[in-house]
Amino acid sequence: MKEESKEFTPNILYALCSWCGSGGSETAGAMKLHYPENVKPVRFYCTGGIDPVYIFRALLEGADGVVVSGCHPGDCHFDTGNYRARRRIAAVKTILNTLGLDGDRVWLRWVGHGEGKRFVDTASEFDEHIQEKGPSPLKGIRGV
Amino acid sequence: MIREIPRVGVYVCHCGANIAAKVDVEEVARFASKLDFVESARDYKFMCSDPGQQLVVDDIREKGLNRIVVASCSPRMHEKTFRKACQKAGLNPYYFQMACIREHDAWVTEDPGEATDKAKELVQGAVSRVLHHESLVPRTVDINPNVLVIGGGIAGMQAALTIADAGKTVYLVEREPCIGGNMAKFDKTFPTLDCAACILTPKMVAVGQHENIELLTYSEVVDVEGFVGNFKATVRKKPRYVDMDKCTGCGVCNEKCPAKAISEFDQGLSKRKAIYSPFPQAVPNTPVIDRDMCIYFKKGKCRACEKFCEADAIDFDQQEEKITLDVGAIIVATGFKPFDPSVAERYGYGKYPEVYTSLEFERVNNATGPTEGQIRLKDGRVPETMAIIHCVGSRDKNHNAYCSRVCCMYSMKYAHLIREKTGANVYEFYIDIRSPGKGYEEFYNRVQSEGVQFIRGNVAGVTDKAIGEDEKGKLIVLAEDSLSGRFLRVPVDAVVLSVGLEAAEGAEAVARMVGISQDQDGWFNELHPKLAPQATPSDGIFLAGCCQGPKDIPDTVSTANGAAAEALSLIMREKVEVEAAVSSIDAERCMGCRQCETICMFDAIEYDSALNVCVVNEAICKGCGLCASTCPNKAIGVRHFGNEQILSEMEGVML
Ligand SMILES: Cc1cc2nc3c(=O)[nH]c(=O)nc-3n(C[C@H](O)[C@H](O)[C@H](O)COP(=O)(O)OP(=O)(O)OC[C@H]3O[C@@H](n4cnc5c(N)ncnc54)[C@H](O)[C@@H]3O)c2cc1C
Repeated sequence: MKEESKEFTPNILYALCSWCGSGGSETAGAMKLHYPENVKPVRFYCTGGIDPVYIFRALLEGADGVVVSGCHPGDCHFDTGNYRARRRIAAVKTILNTLGLDGDRVWLRWVGHGEGKRFVDTASEFDEHIQEKGPSPLKGIRGV
Repeated sequence: MIREIPRVGVYVCHCGANIAAKVDVEEVARFASKLDFVESARDYKFMCSDPGQQLVVDDIREKGLNRIVVASCSPRMHEKTFRKACQKAGLNPYYFQMACIREHDAWVTEDPGEATDKAKELVQGAVSRVLHHESLVPRTVDINPNVLVIGGGIAGMQAALTIADAGKTVYLVEREPCIGGNMAKFDKTFPTLDCAACILTPKMVAVGQHENIELLTYSEVVDVEGFVGNFKATVRKKPRYVDMDKCTGCGVCNEKCPAKAISEFDQGLSKRKAIYSPFPQAVPNTPVIDRDMCIYFKKGKCRACEKFCEADAIDFDQQEEKITLDVGAIIVATGFKPFDPSVAERYGYGKYPEVYTSLEFERVNNATGPTEGQIRLKDGRVPETMAIIHCVGSRDKNHNAYCSRVCCMYSMKYAHLIREKTGANVYEFYIDIRSPGKGYEEFYNRVQSEGVQFIRGNVAGVTDKAIGEDEKGKLIVLAEDSLSGRFLRVPVDAVVLSVGLEAAEGAEAVARMVGISQDQDGWFNELHPKLAPQATPSDGIFLAGCCQGPKDIPDTVSTANGAAAEALSLIMREKVEVEAAVSSIDAERCMGCRQCETICMFDAIEYDSALNVCVVNEAICKGCGLCASTCPNKAIGVRHFGNEQILSEMEGVML
């Protein structure tokens, strides 16, 4: 249950690879573990295929934060896609910070197929984290 | 790019009460009906049922729908089902999108109002996405008809035999010098008390002699590449230092070898030689030289085995070998290892010599074991009282929370054998008796009637600190009898710890290699715990036996046959359909920088030097999208996971 006092419900995108990340989210489902409804999973094929543009676009279009989960190091379905993702997310954070925006609105955390609890914990922690930060200054900047 | 005017049909599934109890499905359908391009939206009890699918088929035909969205469970469950329904109605299956409102919403959201809102967002995301879908044609590739089985326990052996009997080639890779796994160490097997060797040996021989099975013992798979239908596995064959083609298995080398080592097979209860076969009926019966213990390898002198070998089979120069196998499917059957009770100090294992693990006790009972099957204390006396402690390492938050499933039954097997062989009093310290299975409860009743004493309660510890006269020289089991509420001290001569099962040593490396995952306890995850128990999320990789969780032999054999059937069903198809979602390069935009070529781990991108552009080989591409996100000119798109599709879904779910 969300607290009554919560003034702001962040809009959060949870980008998942089709293997471990989605698997974790489904395990969470099967275990009936709860997480805030404002965290919305979107399925990608591999985290390595997540173009930094997607993350920027999400932030521009109204997301207050984006969290990405793929396979643990060594477990990637495509061998090294998750390492690419790690590097790209690091770059995205740097770019955001450089622009005076907040790189910490983007998280990357590995979640394995069976790790329903870790998935839910990540979703909840990230939600709290973004709540503390408040709405994204970029929100709706494209005026769409 | 939207080429024709989309006419979208949206179907919101109740999934019985799974979704409908949380999400107001009618409201979601109403909401969906107002979205742009949505022609019709409705809710239905079970979309995956025949009538549910028929709704889709009929609507496509009657209402001229050309895009379909089903909001129900995870695409892993039913994406294929609905794609097929589309196809049946003449619509390209890729004009379909699933919104996951069960696993991603109804099951994980507490508040019904919020769950309904989230369902709307997820549906909106799917509708926006499907507008940008393109018609794709799935590709087919040839399947290699050979199968690799990793692990030669009863599971791997059974799977190999079933496949080989169907006329297909199987490579069975076992890391120990011989096959048989844990079962080969047992004496009798519950509940029928057949002798393990009597039922296992013929199977081992059948595996060894089968013309379609290539047995690779003392070998490990070190790398797996490729994908369903076309895997390439690299196997490392450790040197045996004995030529398998020449060796007759006469055993003279073993007799003459002067170096002794601890027998792993006998659980450390006996000695073996440096040149050895783990047990007399081993398959293959070619011994191996333990390099670390061999006097020749250590000191450069001895070669006794070589001198006496009439077959001239000893070869100290043998080298490790690496071979590659091409296979279409892989069955993982790496089994389990027993829980190590030395980490649970209260049981006194390692401290008191008369405390045994169950696997040690199997060897004690076994006619080819260290005591030739006689139950004797270390000083040779026949025990008068024995305790068997259940759930050691299992159902214990400090170790493994799960039940290991077989320990109650094998514990009662021991009780029976002890009564039969020695007449000793037996105390079974149990928490609950788990005896589900054919003839299992009957076996429990039988053991009870044989005078075995069952004490329900947790064991606090085992000690040799005697209080009374009757405890002198004994081990005392301290336990609470939870039925009478009394605290007991039970003096016994020996204790058997019924240790639980854990995932095999090295399971993690195997998981990584073949691209499957482990659960929190280390067991391999199946694709679906109920409906796809042998398949894994990695196509072409199947599971058999205890590597996916504790099992008795009957269940192990069933799962092995299940995995074999699935592997056969795959390779018999000869061709496999692979995702149509592959990359494509827009030659107009490509500047031939070749970054994609470097980054692609499947070598699916080639450089055309004449045109100075890169080209995707669609037969090899797996659609991971690495190249697309790398391309500095945005010249690469991944079909079905293209920019338009992803961005529109993202924007859709954010409302
Ligand atoms: C003490 C005890 C008594 C039992 N008694 C009974 C009984 O009476 N009746 C009954 O029905 N069940 C009994 N069971 C359960 C039974 O042992 C299992 O059901 C059965 O052994 C499972 O077979 P498996 O092939 O899956 O695994 P295993 O027997 O563990 O075989 C796995 C094989 O894979 C090999 N391997 C592992 N990793 C690799 C790798 N990376 N590469 C290559 N090879 C590898 C191993 O060396 C091993 O040979 C008992 C279990 C225990 C612990």
